[in-house]
Amino acid sequence: MTSALLGTPADTVGEPSSGQRTPRRPFGRRRRASPRNTLTPGAGLGLGIAMIWFSLLVLIPLIAIIVTAGEGGWSAYFNVLRSDQTWAAVKLTVGQAAIVTLINIVVGTIIAWVLVRDQFWGKSLLNIIIDVPFALPTIVAGLVLLSLYGPESPLGLQWANTERAVMLALAFVTLPFIVRTVQPVLEELDADVEEAAASLGARRGTILRRIILPSLAPAIAAGAALSFSRAISEYGSLVLLSGNLPFRTEVVSVRVLTFIENGNTQSAAALASVMLAVALVVIVALDIVQRKVANRG
Amino acid sequence: MKLTPQASRRLAAASLASLVALTACSTNSDGATAEGGVSLDLVAYSTPETAYNEITANFAKTTEGEGVEFQTSYGPSGDQSRAISEGGQAADFVNFSLEGDLTRLVDADLVAVDWNAGEHQGIVADSVVVIVTRPGNPLGIKGWEDIVKPGVEIVSPNPGSSGGARWNLLAAYGHALEVNGGDEKAARQYLVDFFNNAVALPGSARDALTSFTSGVGDVLISYENEAILARQNDQELDYIVPDETLLIETPAAVTKDAEPEAQSFLDYLYTDEAQASFQKYGYRPVVDGVTGEVDGANDPADPFPTPKVLFTIADDFGGWPAAAEKFFADGEDGEPLGLVAEVQQETGKLGE
Repeated sequence: MTSALLGTPADTVGEPSSGQRTPRRPFGRRRRASPRNTLTPGAGLGLGIAMIWFSLLVLIPLIAIIVTAGEGGWSAYFNVLRSDQTWAAVKLTVGQAAIVTLINIVVGTIIAWVLVRDQFWGKSLLNIIIDVPFALPTIVAGLVLLSLYGPESPLGLQWANTERAVMLALAFVTLPFIVRTVQPVLEELDADVEEAAASLGARRGTILRRIILPSLAPAIAAGAALSFSRAISEYGSLVLLSGNLPFRTEVVSVRVLTFIENGNTQSAAALASVMLAVALVVIVALDIVQRKVANRG
Repeated sequence: MKLTPQASRRLAAASLASLVALTACSTNSDGATAEGGVSLDLVAYSTPETAYNEITANFAKTTEGEGVEFQTSYGPSGDQSRAISEGGQAADFVNFSLEGDLTRLVDADLVAVDWNAGEHQGIVADSVVVIVTRPGNPLGIKGWEDIVKPGVEIVSPNPGSSGGARWNLLAAYGHALEVNGGDEKAARQYLVDFFNNAVALPGSARDALTSFTSGVGDVLISYENEAILARQNDQELDYIVPDETLLIETPAAVTKDAEPEAQSFLDYLYTDEAQASFQKYGYRPVVDGVTGEVDGANDPADPFPTPKVLFTIADDFGGWPAAAEKFFADGEDGEPLGLVAEVQQETGKLGE
């Protein structure tokens, strides 16, 4: 799986899922007696670099978090989640992240569709601007949103320091994920198939449901997973906009910071690993849904 | 990309070498600069940056400070302290907004236990808790009682994530104790009213100021020096020094393995010249006899009015460790919740 991510093209790492591509193999390379060690030196190097990099950046810190949290045993988790204030923060964060992800699934797909299929003035500009939420430091994003939706709002919308502010900030920073994952897939999608379906009498709705959506499902699911994980961990854009009011607008990352400020690394790690578990569950669930939808095509 | 085994072995060796080189890139902390002078790592909380720019420049002109250069780092007090104690950030001289951030370094054996044994107990600059209002004070706020009236919107940094926010709440609590003749129940009720009026508890003192100047709330609880600095930077706001308030003391120290020049710098901070720089940017000097006008103060000629009652952490709250335990404990260690945390939970649920 790692090698697939690496994308070393000519290397014969792992068998392609459909085993019918043998004729395209280079001559003289079908000589492996044992299927266990299929790595060429180049691929081995690639895998090595990937694993070292991945371990240094992700695996070791993650294990450190879980080990720190685990030092207190189950009671540490129990204690953290027993606090009403923390529980309220978890509910708010997961709830708002879910809502924002659902919005992104719909709006992000529509934006991607418009960018790929339609021609209009300013399209290429819009295409560039989509990435701005990625490029903007999140604290600046918070400032911008505060001036737009705060008490001095030129739009007359006073959403600062409410639950809506949390949703707004999360929606802002996660917008590009689904647009950017769906866009390339949509570009590759063969219009011929849609035309063929139409000529066979399929209505727009049917084409969308049976042809377009199943091909887009993996991309949408991948984008949704990114968007959800990013949303439950957001901090920067929220600190100014949400007001961090306990039970109302306080998110998990602010709780974690509170634990750290009080020297409770263990509670901070326990809460962080709970959020990791939530993210994992959602990512797996999205993958299952995605497979179901894709299979309907 | 097809690699011959030899080529790939060479590549592997190269990448391994670069990895070793990467890990070997630890911070250069021997403190010598190219010209043979000394470089000091100054790590401090965010607010005194402007003052330190001036102070370090003046220090370089003295005989002790000749040839001394500074590598400065400013950020949230707690983060800075953790970066040194846990992250191994190099530091010769440190200045925090809260004593707890300094004692963390004492616990980590990075700062001597007797850091506060000197004449000034390790404090380099003072300030007081003030109430910041909109320009012209349209609500006519005169003190702590006015901000808990119904409908007044309070902005104050989050006592959970911001260490500095604790000064504010202790000042408010101290006031309530004072006017209610030491009745702790009444003082607690004051905190309840306070949090019922809180519309935003931003992450840090700086965030709270940004939030307030962006239009959130009617009053901001902040420090006198923050308010003065904001006014120097043309922010439109006014502030009042309440009759009862708390003395804010910011501790500084040199680390154990600091360059000797760091101690000279710390000594220099208590000279009239350095204290005048602190004063210029809104801090109350810790030595007597420092004069000079303070731009941005309510009365630049008499910048620091003496409040009727000035609480101190040591005399009125039994020192920081006791105060932290009593007011801000988060209950995660099985101990009871601190008073402030408890009130926050109570008022938060009501507002749900």
